Amino acid sequence: MNTVINEGRHKTAAPSIELINISKFFGSVQANKNISMKVSPGTIHGIIGENGAGKSTLMSILYGFYKADSGEIYISGEKVAITDSHSAISAGIGMVFQHFKLIDNFTVLENIILGAEDGPRLGPSLSNARQNLKSLAEEYELNVDPDAIIENLGVGMRQRVEILKALYRKAEILILDEPTGVLTPSEADHLFRILQNLKNEGKTIIFITHKLREIMEITDTVSVMRQGEMTTTLNTNETNPENLAELMVGRKVLLTVNKKDVDVGKTVLNIENLSVVDKQGVKRLKEVSLSVKAGEILGIAGVAGNGQSELLEVLGGITQGTGSITINGEIVPLTGKKANGQSRRAQGIAHVPEDRQHLGLIMEFLAWENIALGYHKKSTYQHNSIFMNNKKIKQDASEKMKRFDVRPQDTSLSTKNFSGGNQQKLVLAREIEHDPDLLVVGQPTRGVDIGAIEFIHEQLIKLRDSGKAILLISVELDEIMSLSDRVMVMFDGKIMGERNPSKTDEKKLGLLMAGIEEQI
Amino acid sequence: MEVLPKWADTILIPIIGVTISLIISAIIILLIGESPVEAINLMITGALGSTYGWGYTLYYTTNFIFTGLAVSVAFHARMFNIGGEGQAAIGGLGVAIICLSFGWGHWFPALLAATLSAAIFGALWAAIPAYLQAKYGSHIVITTIMFNFIGAAILNYLLVNVMRPTGSMDPATAKFSSEIKLPSLHDILEVVGISFSKAGPANVSFFIALAACVFVWLFIWHTRWGYQIRAFGHSESAAVYAGILPFKIIMVSMLISGALAGMMAINNVMGEAERLIMNSTEGAGFIGIAVALMGRNHPLGVLLAALLFGFLYQGGAELAMWTTIPRELIVVIQALVILFTGALENMVRTPLEWLWIKTTKGKG
Repeated sequence: MNTVINEGRHKTAAPSIELINISKFFGSVQANKNISMKVSPGTIHGIIGENGAGKSTLMSILYGFYKADSGEIYISGEKVAITDSHSAISAGIGMVFQHFKLIDNFTVLENIILGAEDGPRLGPSLSNARQNLKSLAEEYELNVDPDAIIENLGVGMRQRVEILKALYRKAEILILDEPTGVLTPSEADHLFRILQNLKNEGKTIIFITHKLREIMEITDTVSVMRQGEMTTTLNTNETNPENLAELMVGRKVLLTVNKKDVDVGKTVLNIENLSVVDKQGVKRLKEVSLSVKAGEILGIAGVAGNGQSELLEVLGGITQGTGSITINGEIVPLTGKKANGQSRRAQGIAHVPEDRQHLGLIMEFLAWENIALGYHKKSTYQHNSIFMNNKKIKQDASEKMKRFDVRPQDTSLSTKNFSGGNQQKLVLAREIEHDPDLLVVGQPTRGVDIGAIEFIHEQLIKLRDSGKAILLISVELDEIMSLSDRVMVMFDGKIMGERNPSKTDEKKLGLLMAGIEEQI
Repeated sequence: MEVLPKWADTILIPIIGVTISLIISAIIILLIGESPVEAINLMITGALGSTYGWGYTLYYTTNFIFTGLAVSVAFHARMFNIGGEGQAAIGGLGVAIICLSFGWGHWFPALLAATLSAAIFGALWAAIPAYLQAKYGSHIVITTIMFNFIGAAILNYLLVNVMRPTGSMDPATAKFSSEIKLPSLHDILEVVGISFSKAGPANVSFFIALAACVFVWLFIWHTRWGYQIRAFGHSESAAVYAGILPFKIIMVSMLISGALAGMMAINNVMGEAERLIMNSTEGAGFIGIAVALMGRNHPLGVLLAALLFGFLYQGGAELAMWTTIPRELIVVIQALVILFTGALENMVRTPLEWLWIKTTKGKG
C-alpha cells in the first residue's frame, strides 16, 4: 500500500509541497536550520520530533504565522510566498490545530463559512455550504450535523469540523498538529480512516505527532526533526519505532519500563464520595471513591477534561470539594481556610501538577527559587522567622538538581530557559526529595522529550519501590499501562471501573474512556 | 527568551529611552523659540551646579524615592497602586496630628513618632482598596484612583473646617513648633565640615528614604514575605499551588506600599512646609509610578530614577524662572520619559535586540 517517495503512480507529478533550506531564528536561537522536505501528492507524511525540535515552527511558517528568515516554498512545483494565513489558504494549505479555533456558540455551518463567505449576505453562503458539506461528508465519512452548536459537540466532532473547514476552503494539503492528543482510541481510529479516505482522493496530508505508534500506523513517509534540523526522511515501512526513537533522541532509548513486584503496604490515601462543583456550578467530579496503598501506583486513565484535573487539584489543596479524604487515617480538610497547599504538604501529600508552567513553577523565578516553592516555610530554609536563608536554598537546589540530572545544572538560571523536560525534573526533584507519603502526579511526561521520559519513569518506579503511594493521572495510555499496578478509568467525572493493566488492553480501556461500560 | 545581557536590559534601555525623550524635548524647546543647549545648561547648573540646587533636587528625590518604592513593592505582587498620591496626603495628616498634639521638645522623638504615624495612616488608606480587591475583586487601579479623590476631599474638609487655626484665612494647620524642625542637609553636613546651602529644603528624611531603599531590598529578596509576594506577582496560580494565600499577600503588599507612600509626608509636611497645607503632595504620588517603572521596581533603580526626576523637577523650575519656557514643559518632558522608558520600551528593545543578534552572530 505504501508507495515509495517520488516513484510509483506520482512519478511525473511535481511534489505537492517542497521546502528548500528553510531557516528561522528566534533571537539567537535557531528554531529551524536549513530544512528541506518534499512530499508527494496523495501521501501521508509524518513529522516526528521531541518538543522544541522545531516541528510547530516549521508548520507555522507553512501556514503564514511566521515568516522564514531564508528558504523557499514550492506548492505543486510553483514557488509561493506565504505571508499570512490568507495566502496559505489560497495556496491550498489547510491546518487543523491542536487547540481548535472554533467559535463555541456558532453552529457547525456558521463556523465553516466564517472568513470564507461568498458575499455580504449570509443566506446564500449558508445554503451553498450546506450542499458542499453534504458531498464532503459522503465522500470522506465526515458526518457532522451542520446545525449543531459547537459547544454541544464532543472533541472528536469538533476536530471533524476543523477538517471540514479546511476542505471547504479547497485545501489540497492538510496539516494536522498532534491531532490525537485529545481523542479516545476509537475516535483516533475514525480519524485515521478519514485521513486514508482523503489520501485516496489525492489529498496530501502532513501529520505531526510525537507518538511513534501513530507514525507507524498511518504514514507513508516520515521525517525526523531534532534540534531544529530535519535529520532524516524515511519510508515508514522501512523503519521501526526503536529506530525512530533513536533518530529523535540521538541515542538508544528504552521504550519499556522495568518494574519489579513489590509487596503493597497499608492504605495511604482513601477517598470516599469526592465531588467537586466548579465556579459555573457544573459538577466536575461525581462521587469518586478510590484508595492507594503504600508501594503501589494507581493509574487514572481518561480523555483530558473528564474530571482528572479536579481530582488532582482537590488533592493538592487548590480547589475545594465535598466528601471525605484521609491520608494515613488522618482527615484531609476539603473546605475552609485549612484546605490549601501548605496543609496538604504538611500532611505528606506532594503534588506534581499537570501544568508545570502555570502551577508547578514560576517561569520568571531562578531555578533555586522554584526549589523552595511550596516549601518556602520549611525550617531549614530559614534564618529566623523573617529572613530566608537563600544560601541554604541554593545549596539544596544544587544538590537536588544534581540528583535529578537537571541540565544545565545552574541554580541561578531563569526557569523559563530550561527545556520542558528539565523543568519537569525540577518539579519532580522538589516534590520527591521532600519525601512525601503520597505523590499525586498529573501528566508527568507531557511535553517532555523521550530521554527525560525514561528518567522520570525510573524515578516514579523508584519512589514506588521505596514504599510510597503514587496516584498517577495521565492521558497517555502507554504511560498508564506501563507504570501502574492498578488502572482506573475516568469518564464524565466518574470512575468507570478498575482494571489490572496486565489483564486488559488499550481497546478495552478505550471503551471505558468513551463512557461505554463493558459487558463482563 | 532573554536576548540581551542583563546590563543592557536594565541600564542601556532606560538610558536610550531618556535620551530619545530629551531629544524630542529639545525639538519642542526649539519650536518655542529658545535654545535647547542653553536650556539644558540652565537645568544642570540650576539643579546640580550648586548646593542650593542640590538642596532642592534632593528634596524632590526624597519624595520620589518614597512613592517610587511604594509603587514597586505593590507591583511585585502585581498590584498597580495608583493611590500613592492619596496615601501620601493622608500620611501628611498622620504627621500633622503627631506634630501638633504633643509638645515634643526635640525633633528626634517627634520624627520617629511622625514616621510611624505617617506609615500607619498611609497603610490604612491603602488597606481599604486592598481589602476590596482581596475580598471582592474590585480592581485596585480603579479603587486607588478613587481613594486619591476621597483622600483629597477629606483633607480639604479637615483643613477648612477642623484643623485651621481660628482667625486664619488659610486652609492649613498651624505651624509646627520650631523645636521639632528637622535638621536640613546644611545642618547635618556642617557637623562633618561640609558647607551646604541653607536654603534648600532637603532634610534628614533623605536618609530615611535611603534606609527605606535598603529595607525594601531586604524585604523583597530576603524575607519569606517577599518571596511569597514575588511568587504571587509572577503567577497567582502557582502561588495558590504552593499554598500561598492571595488574600494575605494582597493585604500585606498593599499595606507596606501604603506605608511607604505615607512616609513621604515626613519630608514635605514635617521637613519642608512644617504644617499641613492643601495639595501638599504636588503630584509626587503619580511621579512615583514613573519612578518605579523606570527603576524596574528595584530599590537601586528607584533611587536613580528618583534622582533623575528630582533633577527634572528642580531643573524645570529653574527653566521657568529664567526663560520663556513655561513650567509645564517639565510635565511634557516627564511624560516623554515615562512614554519612552515605560510604554514604548519595546520600541527601543526590539531594534536593540536585533542589533545585538547581528553583532554577536558576527563574532561567534
